[in-house]
Amino acid sequence: MQTQPTRHPHSATLASESPASRVLAVTFAALLGVFVLGGVGFSHISAVHNATHDVRHANAFPCH
Amino acid sequence: MSLFRTILFVAALAAIGTGALTSVLHMFGTVPLILKAETFEGGEAEAPASAAQTPAAQTPAAHEHAPGTAAHDHGDGEEWAPADGFERNGLTVVFTILTAFGFGLLLVAVSELKGGLADWREGILWGLAGFAVFTLAPGLGLPPELPAMPAADLAARQVWWIGTAAATAGGLALLVFGRTPVLAVLGVVLIVAPHLIGAPQPDSHESPIPESLHHSFVVASIVTSFVFWVLLGGLSGWLRPRIAAQQAGHPAAQPA
Repeated sequence: MQTQPTRHPHSATLASESPASRVLAVTFAALLGVFVLGGVGFSHISAVHNATHDVRHANAFPCH
Repeated sequence: MSLFRTILFVAALAAIGTGALTSVLHMFGTVPLILKAETFEGGEAEAPASAAQTPAAQTPAAHEHAPGTAAHDHGDGEEWAPADGFERNGLTVVFTILTAFGFGLLLVAVSELKGGLADWREGILWGLAGFAVFTLAPGLGLPPELPAMPAADLAARQVWWIGTAAATAGGLALLVFGRTPVLAVLGVVLIVAPHLIGAPQPDSHESPIPESLHHSFVVASIVTSFVFWVLLGGLSGWLRPRIAAQQAGHPAAQPA
């Protein structure tokens, strides 16, 4: 979990991160979430559709 | 960077717990109903539904799934599909965890804008918001549906689903965090608007699927989703202060 504890000595606490870097972190994390959900729930690629078929139906993502 | 890693770890760990537990619920709840519905696919009973879909299928826009059942001949089509049994169910577990990871990233990231989740109870509140945004709101117009059921054009339904989730999220944020009555009214308008526009509907709702089977599926899907969101929010809220403290380099001195 804490892979490189000493590599970012300047970011000793989360609160000390600059607002800009916090916004960047939140944006990238949210974009990654959208990307993952796009693949699982929305991709039109046939093999992806078939692999995720039951999950799409079970979670009420639009399917077919 | 450490905030990004915090969000990543919280979402990933919460997703593993949430996905593992809810995929077990799906195995006993929704998946058997999906398999049962597939026995109605491709039969003669489906002919009226296919005929009803034809006008929609004539539009050139993305109708690769418009013939509906063609993509669902699991195993015997040209396209790859998982083998029934272990492979298919294993993928359901994996993708349920990935679904939880995607939603978890959104939940934890957005909650950081309000200072980050403080404890598991705050996490559950955010989880309930996620349930409203991603299950209740889209489900009003597009209820959970089974294979072999008639449906409108896929791309149109995806656009409505995403638009409804986004509008509901924005509306809830205005209701909860807006500081004036005007913003609250705007929030209500945003939440109601997608339902005034209306979800894309098939030309005919005639379906080979028995009504009772569909009803059972809707209940199983929405109840499982409720558990999913409470778990995802609660676990995220429990993990967030602990992992943030680790990332910040001092051991947890956290509220319970």
